[in-house]
Amino acid sequence: MAQPSGNSAGKSFFGRFGVHLAVLFFVLIWTLPTLGILVTSLRDKDQIIASGWWTAFSSSSQTAATRLAPAEAQVQKDGRFIIEGNIFETPGTSTVSAFGTRSAQPTEFAAGEVADLKDGVTLQVNEDGSYLFSSPVAFEGNNGRRVYYAATVPPRFTTENYGTVLYSAGIGRSFLNSLTVTIPATIIPIMIAAFAAYALAWMRFPGRALLIAVIIGLLVVPLQMALIPLLELYNGVGNLFGVPSKTYLGIWLAHTGFGLPFAIYLLRSYMAGLPRELMESARIDGASDFEIFVKIVLPLSFPVLASFAIFQFLWVWNDLLVAMVFLGSGNDQLVLTGRLNALLGSRGGDWEILTTSAFITIIVPLIVFFSLQRYFVRGLLAGSVKGG
Amino acid sequence: MADLKLRNVEKAYGTLKILHGINLDIKSGEFIVFVGPSGCGKSTLLRSIAGLEEITGGTLEIDNEVVNEVPPSRRGIAMVFQSYALYPHMTVYDNMAFGMKIAREDKAEIDRRVRQAAEILQLTKYLDRLPKAMSGGQRQRVAIGRAIVRNPKVFLFDEPLSNLDAALRVATRIEIAKLKESMPNATMIYVTHDQVEAMTLADRIVVLKDGRVEQVGSPMDLYKKPGNLFVAQFIGSPAMNILPARVSKSGAVTEVAVDGGAANVLVPIATPSSASGAEISFGVRPEDLFLAKGPNALFEGRVDYIEQLGEVQLVYVDIGRGADKVLTAKLPGNAKVERGQQLRLDADAGDLHIFDANGSSFVPHETEARAA
Repeated sequence: MAQPSGNSAGKSFFGRFGVHLAVLFFVLIWTLPTLGILVTSLRDKDQIIASGWWTAFSSSSQTAATRLAPAEAQVQKDGRFIIEGNIFETPGTSTVSAFGTRSAQPTEFAAGEVADLKDGVTLQVNEDGSYLFSSPVAFEGNNGRRVYYAATVPPRFTTENYGTVLYSAGIGRSFLNSLTVTIPATIIPIMIAAFAAYALAWMRFPGRALLIAVIIGLLVVPLQMALIPLLELYNGVGNLFGVPSKTYLGIWLAHTGFGLPFAIYLLRSYMAGLPRELMESARIDGASDFEIFVKIVLPLSFPVLASFAIFQFLWVWNDLLVAMVFLGSGNDQLVLTGRLNALLGSRGGDWEILTTSAFITIIVPLIVFFSLQRYFVRGLLAGSVKGG
Repeated sequence: MADLKLRNVEKAYGTLKILHGINLDIKSGEFIVFVGPSGCGKSTLLRSIAGLEEITGGTLEIDNEVVNEVPPSRRGIAMVFQSYALYPHMTVYDNMAFGMKIAREDKAEIDRRVRQAAEILQLTKYLDRLPKAMSGGQRQRVAIGRAIVRNPKVFLFDEPLSNLDAALRVATRIEIAKLKESMPNATMIYVTHDQVEAMTLADRIVVLKDGRVEQVGSPMDLYKKPGNLFVAQFIGSPAMNILPARVSKSGAVTEVAVDGGAANVLVPIATPSSASGAEISFGVRPEDLFLAKGPNALFEGRVDYIEQLGEVQLVYVDIGRGADKVLTAKLPGNAKVERGQQLRLDADAGDLHIFDANGSSFVPHETEARAA
């Protein structure tokens, strides 16, 4: 950047400016929805309905209905019957801007105005919510009079949505289920693929090229095509050993199978790019293939292992299809994506539930990405060969 | 410590033959340099000795034991690679100790040997560093240290200095020479395409071309008595002047007529009578030419171009054979020579070379180094 004549993409000021602008644009369209979900999940559920998340930090105005105190609360004063009280359960938090007695006109009178309700009956609701209801004749009935009001409510943030979602909506349990699926389904393919990748990259054996070609071919097999035959196969084998059809073991194996071609492909191309002299030097030093793999190749392949781990973790974590096929829908097996899907049907209007669940779902991928992303950048090979 | 015997060593990839029956005897404690142009098979030959390549024909003996099928680690060799091949995730200490750790040797013994090697190479204060925190020269020293720790019978160097800059190259070259001096019993085989390295380091040089040994001999042998045209032009810089000539009289002293030069040059090299009248090649090194003092001169021509190097000047002389076939002479830097000037050059009879029509020298020479 310090060199104006640099050969980078943005040569001129406007070029650089354009690049920065584009980057900013993409950052915004990626992060804004996430921020929206986070803010919404922390808001009060009534406020979510009343206004958008971008107004979360300003007071919101919402119209509500309540009943005044019943007739038994009346007192007689100066020949009139009076009921006094406050329309708010906890006065002081909100302010009334207008009120009314008919649902058609809920904000007919301004706050503090004395409303004439015919036959000499008057109602006055003040900003703080206190009201004065007076009548020349005695009030009757057990129910208080219904009034409508527009209240200005200060912003309110709460974590109670998270409590609700985790403990009563079943997200907490599904979270554990998702982890139970994802962690082994990430580790197992890495372990298998690392061994396979080393062999395919550095060991000479007949049929190696064919094997690589087959694995690359498997990359393009659509998952949907293999799904049901795989389940049948698993059930068939499961029956032999008396294993039920929908188990965690089944989904681990399924994800391992679907992840392996890509894992082997990715790891093999990385390992094949390691300097040949390293392996030869180790061979002269007397290391066997296993020792070369464990002591040289594996430590040097950490960046690619980490990046594959991120890919596989995110893919398994966000997967719905494989989970629906290989796992049941009981509480002890339903994963997060499945639970979100169910919530969307049963509580589609409850945004506080949906956004909170969604945010819980993306927390783990975010943590995984940010904790492993430095391995993308780090050149672990620096120093092994000239110019490295 | 170890004799090496190569008998008809061949290496082929499919139908492509890289090495065509190499015969070589290397005595214990010798410093042998393989030299040759790119693609001549010198690295392949070294890697075959190391066991990194399987040879497809012939036998390879180390200490009178055929090692064709022996894995690299049990051949008693250590190799230093051009790219250092240090393990980037290990410290210098671990790099040097790796081989012994794999062999599960005693910890105290590993420590003693690593520290001893570090001492020799002045690496002691870098033992805890990672390779990436070191300069190119230091990395190469670590690679050499790793070889020393293994205590091998034969050291193999594969162009170890190619990745260093010019100044460091000279310094490291001297270090390698001193290392050899401090380990007089160690056999060392060194591959390079740099003839300066070959000349300065070698006890004997093996010149290779297209998978065949062209000549084997001490550096001065190769310089003074090149066995053929290829060796003559490969060793020495600038390259030897080669001119077509004709034998006018054969015998113990051969008289030749040089194209573009004198018509009756006496060369004190014996030629058979069958060579009389034959077309041959005549060679003289640029540094052997001097300004003629007497009436007789080998060459006469106009100065085409001068490269003044200070200590010496390279004078290109047009001897009437065309501007692209000029004669190169290395004259003292203070010689008064000007461009366009007519120049008469001469050389001592003992510094002249003649080669037959096949490019082979008339002087007897070795292309196979059999046991002496």
